[in-house]
Amino acid sequence: MVFAQGVRKSFGTLEVLKGIDLNVPSGSVACIIGPSGSGKSTFLRCINHLEEVSGGVLLVDGEFVGYDLRNGKLYEVRNDLLCKRRADIGMVFQSFNLFSHMTVLENLIEAPIMVKGMPRGEARDKAHALLERVGLADKATCYPRQLSGGQQQRVAIARALAMNPKVLLFDEPTSALDPELVGEVLLVMRDLAESGMTMVVVTHEIGFAREVGDQLIFMDRGVVEERGAPRDMIANPQSPRTREFLSRVL
Amino acid sequence: MSKVETRAIAEDLVVVPLRHYGLWIGTAAALAILALIVKALATNPAFDWPTVGKYLFHASIMRGLAQTLLLTVTIMVLAIIIGTVVAIMRLSPSRILNAFASAYIWFFRGAPALIQLIFWFNLSLIVREISLTLPFIGTIFTVKTNDVMTPFVAAVVALSLHEAGYMAEIVRAGIKSVPGGQTEAAGSLGMNHRLILRRITLPQAMRFIVPPTGNETINLLKTTSLVTMIAVNDLLYAAQSIYARTFETIPLLIVVAFWYLFVVTILSICQHYIEQYYGRSDQQAGAARGILHRAFKIGRVAQPA
Repeated sequence: MVFAQGVRKSFGTLEVLKGIDLNVPSGSVACIIGPSGSGKSTFLRCINHLEEVSGGVLLVDGEFVGYDLRNGKLYEVRNDLLCKRRADIGMVFQSFNLFSHMTVLENLIEAPIMVKGMPRGEARDKAHALLERVGLADKATCYPRQLSGGQQQRVAIARALAMNPKVLLFDEPTSALDPELVGEVLLVMRDLAESGMTMVVVTHEIGFAREVGDQLIFMDRGVVEERGAPRDMIANPQSPRTREFLSRVL
Repeated sequence: MSKVETRAIAEDLVVVPLRHYGLWIGTAAALAILALIVKALATNPAFDWPTVGKYLFHASIMRGLAQTLLLTVTIMVLAIIIGTVVAIMRLSPSRILNAFASAYIWFFRGAPALIQLIFWFNLSLIVREISLTLPFIGTIFTVKTNDVMTPFVAAVVALSLHEAGYMAEIVRAGIKSVPGGQTEAAGSLGMNHRLILRRITLPQAMRFIVPPTGNETINLLKTTSLVTMIAVNDLLYAAQSIYARTFETIPLLIVVAFWYLFVVTILSICQHYIEQYYGRSDQQAGAARGILHRAFKIGRVAQPA
């Protein structure tokens, strides 16, 4: 579903990604860990074209997100087409980014109505069902400010799901949460993974990566230092850097 | 010392409040000044209250008031539209658009309103005729500048361009106050730039745009009195033309001041409710406060955290 080969990204002279390879099959969960500044968030933002890649190939569902390949050249796509493709790639942010001037329900129905042209009634029914799924059925009329961090992040996940995405990207979804609120968000994510959603998760939750992840990627200084099955890799890391990092976070 | 003794002492203790002598002196002085003003207003014959009463709802004063309100509303609506466009240009990635918007703000906000007013009124000194000429088709229409640039039109053009300079900065500051994460989240949901601006950024920017816009509207209401310089028949001009005949200068100025203050009061109340509407996502349930509560909330009040 997500395929990356030699993805590079530079900001000016600073090369943040130095050739990342990744293959996330449909219905699987890839977890990316690594120290801060290793480029893992940047890579995630490249997947839905919030950042343009400087080189390499990055495909979602067999398509370039920001480009069309014709006659061996990559043409930048028109804005409306980019938006259409982005609508298929859900993203959950570290700082939730719920629309603060809208109620929970309005947050969930905004994009389905305005982008997909879904009828209002259908969008509302769907939103209520999603809120039920993340355990917030009674919060539909609240404003984001009135919710705890964990509740806001669950709403953010429901908002992404409302667009029926092919893949969900998580950018450190629990890093801004109080420790006792982390569990409720991870529970929702685990439930999603079990329902067959394709997910790419940048996280510091090693436990989640071990239990839910199908593959684990350790990134450091813009390269993939080590990759493998989560259980094996956490129990028996090969690279000294991976070992050092895991010993600090476990 | 045992606990019982401590409690016994605590019950006997009397708290002596700190005397705020300065506060008492200040209050007394303020009351004295107020009394003097009331006495002067009531007893000085120059204020001539019966004459004030006579002209308060005078037909030409009412026509002047209507003209002032029409000017204020027309100019403000145009200024908000032009200002928003200039603000969006200012925030655009194009350097040319950015520079153009900066130059606009520099000039139209910088030059005094009165000078711009007189300039537009005298446009015919620079441009005698305004015509639309298309290549291969020829001239569609031609009009004399003087026929188009009536005092009213000159006032609307001059003051809305001037006011738009201020509005552009207000709108720009409002848009910039919305966190970047909102735009990214909307983008990741597949919303395009226009949709994001209309549905996500501007509604949130409104909370920062409304209060200064209210101030600008009140300011503009009073600035429109400049149009008496180019003989637009506004509220002040109506009063002036009466006291030029009757020499009842002070009573008529009181009439004018009364109506300006009346409209400002109405505008302030409207502003309060508009602010409350755009700030509704900030409120905890049941925390909405009426204007009366705000008006009478005097002194130090502990705010709930």
